[in-house]
Amino acid sequence: MSSLDVHHMTVSFDETVVLDDVSLSLAHGETVALLGPSGSGKSTLLRAVAGIIAPDSGTVEIDGIDVTHTPTYRRGVGMVFQDNQLFPHRSTLDNVGFGLKMAGIERSERNERSALWLERVGLAGFADRRVTDLSGGEAKRVALARTLVAEPSIVLLDEPLTGLDRELHDRLANELVGILTTAAATTLLVTHDPEEAALVAIRSVQLEDLR
Amino acid sequence: MSQSPSRQPRWLIFSLAIIPIIGLGVFFLWPFLTLLAEAVTGEAITNTLTRRSTWEIAWFTLWQATVSTVGTIIIGLTPAYVFARYKFHGRELLVGLLTAIFVLPTVVMGAAFLALLPTSLDRTIWAVLGAHVVFNLAVVIRVVGTMWEHLPTDMEAAAATLGANRWRVFTDISFPLIRPAVTAAAAIVFLFTFTSFGVIRVLGATGTRTIEVEIWRRTTQLGEISEAAVLALLQLGILALVVLWSTFAQRRHSRALRLEPLSPRRTPRTKGERRFVAIVVGCTAIVASVPLIALAVRSFSTPSGWSTTAWTNLGQTEIRPGIRIGIDPVNALGNSLRIAVWATLIAVVVGGVAALAIAAAGRSGRFLDTGLMLPLGASAVTIGFGMLITFDADPFDWRASWWLVPVGHALIAVPFVVRTALGPLRAVDPAMTEAAATLGAAPARAWREVVVPYLWRPLAVGAALAAAISLGEFGATSFLSRSGGETLPIAIEQLLGRTGSLLQAQGYVLATMLALTTVVLVAIVDRLRDPGQNEAEGS
Repeated sequence: MSSLDVHHMTVSFDETVVLDDVSLSLAHGETVALLGPSGSGKSTLLRAVAGIIAPDSGTVEIDGIDVTHTPTYRRGVGMVFQDNQLFPHRSTLDNVGFGLKMAGIERSERNERSALWLERVGLAGFADRRVTDLSGGEAKRVALARTLVAEPSIVLLDEPLTGLDRELHDRLANELVGILTTAAATTLLVTHDPEEAALVAIRSVQLEDLR
Repeated sequence: MSQSPSRQPRWLIFSLAIIPIIGLGVFFLWPFLTLLAEAVTGEAITNTLTRRSTWEIAWFTLWQATVSTVGTIIIGLTPAYVFARYKFHGRELLVGLLTAIFVLPTVVMGAAFLALLPTSLDRTIWAVLGAHVVFNLAVVIRVVGTMWEHLPTDMEAAAATLGANRWRVFTDISFPLIRPAVTAAAAIVFLFTFTSFGVIRVLGATGTRTIEVEIWRRTTQLGEISEAAVLALLQLGILALVVLWSTFAQRRHSRALRLEPLSPRRTPRTKGERRFVAIVVGCTAIVASVPLIALAVRSFSTPSGWSTTAWTNLGQTEIRPGIRIGIDPVNALGNSLRIAVWATLIAVVVGGVAALAIAAAGRSGRFLDTGLMLPLGASAVTIGFGMLITFDADPFDWRASWWLVPVGHALIAVPFVVRTALGPLRAVDPAMTEAAATLGAAPARAWREVVVPYLWRPLAVGAALAAAISLGEFGATSFLSRSGGETLPIAIEQLLGRTGSLLQAQGYVLATMLALTTVVLVAIVDRLRDPGQNEAEGS
C-alpha cells in the first residue's frame, strides 16, 4: 500500500496539449475513480503515472519519492489495459506468472501464487488455456490477476469494464470491489461511467476539475 | 465447380498460355533436363563428391551465408524497430534508398565496397560479409518492421509494468511474436547470400569460391561440364532444404499477430528517445549511402589525382598509345541498353499474357504460376549454365544468337511481371465482367473492355523491374555473353579486376552509371505502385 501524488503534470503530443497542469493525490489503500469524456486524456494520465510516456513537465511521487524519471519496470506500478494486452504466445498461467518471473521468483512458487490468483478471479482450472481462446470477461480477469499477483504498490485500471455486456459488467464490477479489497492496493480507476465509479471507488474525481 | 456462362472460352485461355508455356519449356525446363542428364553419370558424381575441394567450397558457402544472415538480422533488428515505431524526417527516403540498394546489381555492390574499403581489406572475407549485410538490410527492415508494426506498443508496455526491462521485453515478448517475420527474412537473406556470385567475383580473393562461383569456374575456365552440373544439383538440393525449413518454421511460430491493427508511429518524445532514434537513423543512413558515395568518388580518382578523365575518356579503348584493354566500356553500355530493351519487351509481353491466362484459368492457373516462378528458385548461374550446354549443337546452336542473353534475362524477369500484374487483375470484380456481359458483350469482348485496362500500370511497374534486372544481371550473363558482347556488369567486373587505377576508375564510372539507373528505376516503380501514397503520408 502506497500513496500517489501527481503534481502539475503537462503532456502534449505533436503540439497538442492532452494534459494541462493536472494534479491528483491518492492516500494509502484508496480507490479513486477518474471520470471524464473519452479523449479527455484519462488514459494519458495513467500512462504517465506508469512511466509509459514521459510528461513534458510535472512530477509523479509514490510514497513521497519522486519517480518521474524512474523507468516503468522499476516503478512497481501495475496496470490493466483497456484491451488487456495478454501475451498471445504464453499460456494463461504463464501470463499471470509473468511479473513474478521478472522478479526472479522460481517456477514452483510462481505457479502456486498464479494459480491462487486465478482462483480468486474465478478462473480455477484455466491454467493451461490459450489466452487467445478466452472470452472477453475471462481475458479481463486474467489481466487483473496478472497485475495483482505481482503486488504492485499502485494499481491502474484503464476502463476495466468497458466492452463487456451488461450482465457481465455488473457481476464483474461487484467482484472487482472484492478483488481490490483482497489486494489491498492503492487504485486509480479510469472510467466514463459515473455509476461504475460510484460502485467500485471510494471517491470519484472529474479530470477537468484537477487543474 | 460449375462453369459460369460468362467465363472465358477455353481457346482464349489456351492461346494466351501457350507462349509462356513454350518459352518456359524450351528455355528453362529443357536446359534443366540437359543439366540433369549431364550430371547423372556415375563418374562425375564420384569425382565431384570425393574431391576435397568440393566440400571445402560447400563448407565455405554455408558458413559465409550463415554469418551473413545472422549478421544482417542482428544489425537490422534495431533499425527495423525504429522504422516501425517512430516518425522521423526522411523516413520514406531512407526506406526507398535501402530498397534501391537491395535491387542494386551484385557487381555494383561489390564495386562499391571495393571503392570504400582500404586496400588491406579489399578482397577479404570481411569485405564480402560487409557487402552482404548492407545489401540485405532492407529485407530485415521491411519484413520484420512490417510485423513489428502489428505488435501493439501497449503489449510491450504491459510487460514493462510487470517489471520487464527493455531487454526482457524484447527477449520474452517482442522477439517470440515477431519470430515468423525474422525466420522469413533470414530465409530470404540466406538464399541470396548462399548463391552469392557477383559480390564474390568482385570482392573475394582468388581462392574464395562459393558453389555458384565454382560452377562458373568449372564450366568456363576448366571445361568440366559434368562436375559443374553435379555442383548445380547439390546447390539446388541445399536450397530446397532451406525453403522447406523456413516454411515449416514459419508455420510453427505463426501467431495471430497479423490480425492486430497497426500501431501508429509516433514522434520521439524524450531527450533519450530522440537521441536513440537519431543515432539509429543516422547510422543506417551512413551505412546505406557511404558505399555508393565512395563508388562515385573513386570514379574521379586517377593516377594523376582527381580528374574527370575516366568519365571523358570512357569511349577510348586505347588508354595509352599502343595499349589496348580488350574491353570497350561504351560498347558494353550499348550492349546493355539493347539487351535491356529486348529483355523488357519479352518479359512484359510474355509475363502480361501469362498473368491474363493465370487470372482467367482460375484454379488450374496455379500450375503456370508456379512453373514461371521456378527460374527464381534455380539460381541465375544455373539458368545460364543450362542454356549454355543445351543450345550448343545444331540445329539449336544458338550461342551466337543476339537474342539468347535477352531471353535469359526475361526468364528471370517474367515472375516479377506476373506478380505485379496478377494482384490488380485478381482484384477486378468479376461482377464487372458479368455486368458487361449483360450489356451484350461476349466474354472475350467484355474482358478486353473491362479487365485489360487495369493492366497498364502494373505492366509499367513490371517493365521498370525487368529493365533493372536485365541491366544488372550477372550470373546468367557470365555464361551467355560472348567476346565483344559484354554487358555493363561483365565489363565492370573485368575492369575492376585489372591493375592500373585508370582502368579501375572506368569500372567505377560504369558502376556509378548502373547504380544511378537502378535507383531511378526503383523510384519509378515506387511512384507507379502507390500513386496516392505520398499525398496520404503528407496529410
